[in-house]
Amino acid sequence: MRIKIFTPSVAALLVMAACNKSVSDRTANLPPLSPADQDVNAGSWKPMLLSRPDTFAVAAPAATNSTGYAADLNELKGYQKGMTDAQLGTIKYWSAGGVLRWNEIMRSLVAKYNLPPYQNSDTSYPIPSSANPFAYPYFPFANPPYAARAYAYVSAAQYDALVACWYYKNLYKRPAPYKTDSSIRVYVTKTDLPSYPSEAAVLAGVTAEMMKLLFPDEIASIQQKLQEQELAAIMSGAATRSDITAGEALGRQVAQLFTARARTDNAGKAVGTQADWNKLKTTAQAKDQLPWLSLETPKRPPMLPLFGRVKCFLFDSATLISLRPGPPPSTGSDSMKNATAEVYAKIKSPTRDQMKLVQYWADGAGTFTPPGHWNAIAAEDFIKKNFSEVRWARNLALLNCAEMDAAVSCWDIKYYYFNPRPSQMNSEIKTLTGIPNFPSYVSGHSMFSGAAATILGHIIPERASAYMQMAQDATNSRFVGGIHYKVDCEVGMTVGKNIGNYAVLRATKDGAE
Amino acid sequence: MLNPFLKKYILPALMLLLPASLLRAQTDEDAIMMSKKNLCIGGTYMHSSWDHYWEGTFKRDNKNIGTMSTQMFGLMGTYGITKKLNVIVGAPYVTTHVTAGTLHDQHGIQDLSAWLKWLAVEQNAGNGVLSLYVLGGGSIPLTNYIADYLPLSIGLQSKTLSGRLMVDYQVGKFFATLSGTYTWRSNIKIDRDAYYTTSLHLTNEVEMPDMTAVNFRTGYRSDRWIIEAVLANMTTRGGFDIRKNDMPFPSNRMNATMAGAHFKYNFTFVDGLSLTGGGSYTVAGRNVGQSTNFDAGVFYILDFSSKKKKK
Repeated sequence: MRIKIFTPSVAALLVMAACNKSVSDRTANLPPLSPADQDVNAGSWKPMLLSRPDTFAVAAPAATNSTGYAADLNELKGYQKGMTDAQLGTIKYWSAGGVLRWNEIMRSLVAKYNLPPYQNSDTSYPIPSSANPFAYPYFPFANPPYAARAYAYVSAAQYDALVACWYYKNLYKRPAPYKTDSSIRVYVTKTDLPSYPSEAAVLAGVTAEMMKLLFPDEIASIQQKLQEQELAAIMSGAATRSDITAGEALGRQVAQLFTARARTDNAGKAVGTQADWNKLKTTAQAKDQLPWLSLETPKRPPMLPLFGRVKCFLFDSATLISLRPGPPPSTGSDSMKNATAEVYAKIKSPTRDQMKLVQYWADGAGTFTPPGHWNAIAAEDFIKKNFSEVRWARNLALLNCAEMDAAVSCWDIKYYYFNPRPSQMNSEIKTLTGIPNFPSYVSGHSMFSGAAATILGHIIPERASAYMQMAQDATNSRFVGGIHYKVDCEVGMTVGKNIGNYAVLRATKDGAE
Repeated sequence: MLNPFLKKYILPALMLLLPASLLRAQTDEDAIMMSKKNLCIGGTYMHSSWDHYWEGTFKRDNKNIGTMSTQMFGLMGTYGITKKLNVIVGAPYVTTHVTAGTLHDQHGIQDLSAWLKWLAVEQNAGNGVLSLYVLGGGSIPLTNYIADYLPLSIGLQSKTLSGRLMVDYQVGKFFATLSGTYTWRSNIKIDRDAYYTTSLHLTNEVEMPDMTAVNFRTGYRSDRWIIEAVLANMTTRGGFDIRKNDMPFPSNRMNATMAGAHFKYNFTFVDGLSLTGGGSYTVAGRNVGQSTNFDAGVFYILDFSSKKKKK
């Protein structure tokens, strides 16, 4: 009797213990990329930095009836003879799209490196150094401005490299291995796109080279990804060894143009010095304003106060200044008092829906940041559009250049006004996510989201209003989370949209539409 | 049975950065049964606080948290289906608070938990009595509280199923009880749709590792008093460490070893009324707070047996 009563719960336990709890990513099981249009003329699209698509020479490939090419095919067929499940898995992974996969890898690196350094025993904070990236604090601290810039450089370099790649594909018109030898099995979508140089290898080369600068701790793991992607391209029947070699070399050369720019774009000086930090305070005081104060203990120096001087991709420094909005309410004014009271009223007894909105858009420490969130939104929509690799790269370059320039402009505005957070004005204001360590006016989330929604709405017009609604949600999340005054969000959204429009302007003129 | 009255109460295991409930004498953790058709109801209070925690294996404080405290107000009931089979049900209201930084407090009703407790074997052995108990239990969240807001979340939102074996040996008025538990935990869904553990996950679903627990308690047990020392350990079978200066996450590897003492007193002037209390301290841990815990409870037994009715 008692055994009978007890048996069902034991059985249930065993059944549930046997359940597989493993969780898979939304993009884990994608079919091979099969573009509706291969954009064969993309070699004539306007690059970001390259002056011409053939700035870097790529030698003509060996003829398909040469002995060298025959050896290439033999290598390919050799791989295809005994493929393991793991190798087939790698092919499947990369065949969904090289731009997509590298973007996901980038997002994962940003999340991995987006942690503020732990304090020293004397309560000062160590600053990550690119000269010594392997020692704690690891380089970089991939905070939102750093991340926005990293996404932009990688996306822009990938775009330029693929424009050059498409130029040479069209110039040499070497057919894919599966077109020249019918005994080759194909694990990707068959297309008429020439295979020399290999777009997979161009992407691997350009990205690996950029990563040396942006995530130097990860060179070894990135090199492994490069080899995986290149081998997958060969094993899938899409490319030969000579397609790969030429592609990787071209990618690395294009990257060097971008790393040279990155070394002199002022980002390296963005941390500032104690004198710079003091000056921000005295400047605000001279304007009769309560200066921003770090709400962390121990007090942490402001995040990248000189990032507003970084060189933008979409406009010049005079335009940057012209984008700067008027001041927030004076810290001593009644309107500031009211704005603070408005935040307090909202945050006093938060609802569950309010918390959910804040958490969904928080994108704080340990995440891929707001620009990464917009990359995720874009990527999942681009998958459905079946863009060619070069159009994927172009669209992400537009998005990420807009996000980086939004970061530069936002940081310019934040440190120009050096405005305190709501919790500094009233310590009773508790927040629903971590409070960022930089000034309040204007909201970074609002700028990133306004800019992203604007350019994405241009790329996929049928989603324009959905993107704008998401941007509005992201913006609201910062007010209802107790992180920002309403005015920070409203003005940030407006400036963000203005920056997005510079990306739209570029999009209409780059030859891709 | 050794003692006809239910002695202890239950609260759902609260993991958080706070393994406080591990040590508390609980009806699902002790070798005491309710008589047939007796219902024990009770209210409990627990206070737990810490100002140091383990970030992985690194023990630290955090001036942006200050002291983290949790209070639980529990309601529980235990019913004797027979004198060898009891059912135990409980649910708490939880509040959390930090003394520094800007993070917002949380409060709400947490999880409903239920156990079936079966006295499978009871026999004389040597100078004493040896008993074997088999328990099966589970818990389910009662509200949609936020789980991904540690350390301030009031719970983890996981549904659980547990199996436990417990052995008790009593000689005269001295006893020792040892139990081992395996807890299966369901995956949870969080508010964001991507998160990083040791790699990036593009999903809102979080894989929750299972847990095991061992509990040893020994002391004095009479009809009037129970006074016991308790040593407990919980171990997460998987999960990952909090990274340096990162926030905790529901699927962290939360381990803790705790030591404490507990008492229960049965009043003589009101039959069936009892008082409990105790305290414990986390002596070792991983991805949990080094909590100090105190608890108190009041219990009353209602007798629905026919014997009582006739009286």
